[in-house]
Amino acid sequence: MRTLFKTSYDTDINLFEDGRQAFWYISLIIIMAALPFLLDDFVLGEMTSLLIWAIAGMGLMILVGQTGQASLGHAAFMAVGCYANVLLQQAGLPFIIAFPLAGLISGIAGFLLAMPMTKLHGIYLGIATLAISILADDLIVILSPLTEGVRGLYAPMIEIFGVPIDRYGNPDRFYYLILAVALLVVLVYRNLLRSPLGRSFAAVRDSEVSARAMGVNIARTKAVSFGISTAITGLAGALMGHYAGIFNNETFNLILSIQLLLMIVIGGLGSIHGAFLGAAVITFLPQFISGIRDWIGGFFGATSATLPGVETAVFSAILIGFILFEPMGMYGRWLKIRTYFELFPFYRRDMFKRQKSYLKTERMR
Amino acid sequence: MSALLEVRNVTLKFGGVTAVNDVSFDVEEGEVFALVGPNGAGKSTLFNLISRFYDPVAGDIRFAGESILKRQSHEIPGLGIARTFQNIELFDQATVLQNLLVGRHRHRKSNMWNELLFTPFVRQEERRHREAVEKVIDFLDLQPYREKYISGLPYGVRKVVEMGRALAIEPRLLLLDEPASGLSVEETQDVAFWVEDIKKQMGVTVIMVEHDMHLVSAVSDRVMALADGMKLAIGTAHEVQNNPKVIEAYIGVSDDNQQVDA
Repeated sequence: MRTLFKTSYDTDINLFEDGRQAFWYISLIIIMAALPFLLDDFVLGEMTSLLIWAIAGMGLMILVGQTGQASLGHAAFMAVGCYANVLLQQAGLPFIIAFPLAGLISGIAGFLLAMPMTKLHGIYLGIATLAISILADDLIVILSPLTEGVRGLYAPMIEIFGVPIDRYGNPDRFYYLILAVALLVVLVYRNLLRSPLGRSFAAVRDSEVSARAMGVNIARTKAVSFGISTAITGLAGALMGHYAGIFNNETFNLILSIQLLLMIVIGGLGSIHGAFLGAAVITFLPQFISGIRDWIGGFFGATSATLPGVETAVFSAILIGFILFEPMGMYGRWLKIRTYFELFPFYRRDMFKRQKSYLKTERMR
Repeated sequence: MSALLEVRNVTLKFGGVTAVNDVSFDVEEGEVFALVGPNGAGKSTLFNLISRFYDPVAGDIRFAGESILKRQSHEIPGLGIARTFQNIELFDQATVLQNLLVGRHRHRKSNMWNELLFTPFVRQEERRHREAVEKVIDFLDLQPYREKYISGLPYGVRKVVEMGRALAIEPRLLLLDEPASGLSVEETQDVAFWVEDIKKQMGVTVIMVEHDMHLVSAVSDRVMALADGMKLAIGTAHEVQNNPKVIEAYIGVSDDNQQVDA
């Protein structure tokens, strides 16, 4: 077992706790950067998709995992980001300006929409955000003159300082663009976690009453969390628009909102790792299922065409499994496995069990 | 020179129940003031009034000469009033250190934008907050638990962490809601020493709700007894304990006022 000796307060403030951790994460970044040379275009495209999902997941994670507010409306904010990005580019702005602006617009939209919802809790908040998701679909159709409604919009080719970036023409450049955005979002997320704002999010999540008693403005903190969350999700939406090439009101539907939420629950709530692990599941599970589909079909003497809904079924089963057996998600399971080996043979089964606090009755809302 | 906290004719009703009925008292700067009374007397309700969780239907509460009734609850720590909760309201999925750092929220000078970029200013502020929190950790002997998650800590330690979190606010007035309930004899003695030190070393005024009369007698300068939302008596611990009205509230009087021969 490794023990870290902390010699200054900066150890707790820095991005990496020690050189060893920094080495592993930087190695990971180098491997990620080398992927275009190692993978063929199809798999690289899948990796790009994974990173986009991860960015969207991190956006939602800030709200759900860090601040404890559920949202079933995040697909709507992906749509806001996506449409804003493309429309701004159509208006003549270059991608390098339109893209951050799209995030900002999505963030402001989230902040404003959250303000009347800050008093809602749990399932009621879920329903309110669900309404946003449904409304977004209709709004895109109603605003057809701008959004082309059901016909859909085409994402223009990205050009940054004269360098063309195209998903099909040069997938490696597109991948690097997404990787850069993902790294930036991770950095912002980490900064959030180690600063007073992130702690006030956690305070709202764990006990609103005492957060108030510590001087945290609950309503504003929730709205700010919504704003940051939807800004990042909006960026992911903009990237997804470029990835898909064409999108309409159906692209960012309710299913996408639900998938986002499932993704971060499966990955592990409250951690950046969780967003990436969940994104990996979302991206590679369909591939995996289509791979084994024919194999399963062989048993029943049926072809894949006669087995509809396998994907949804497997996905649902995985989710139920996680909620029942590993509420901490994939990252939580990984932590347990790591601790088991670090402490071997002294690991105890109840090490990660939360001690229920009794006397939690007199809660003031 | 007016008192640090002035509570004037405060009344609070929940539906038909009058939880606090026309209560007035002053708390002087630098004293330890204890609230005692049977269950449902309105002690914690008074705390919730002072920390602005409830709005009184009548009366005024003034802190350092200024009425706090126009303030919202989250502005109260900024004035220098910190509190703990009877049933421990900590941030369970955070470490002790993070819990104490939330107490520093009042002293936050950075804003969302420079925090998201984590500018050198934010780092400098973080060091400053950490130093303040380390002082609290030293004071309450919480060093072994610094990195531990609240959800795994025993009850007694949580109680201390909650007191520490209130101290991290660096308050002028500290409201302790049953700091010793559920604690062992040794832990209660620790609390007595800490309250003494909070008053003498830090110069913080303390209002304490407590049932343990040993603790109350040991640390408090003045005691106020409440029953059914009304003020019964105010004075030293000894005076209050021997007040006939207080005795009546706690153990009642015999029906026919006769002395029982033993």
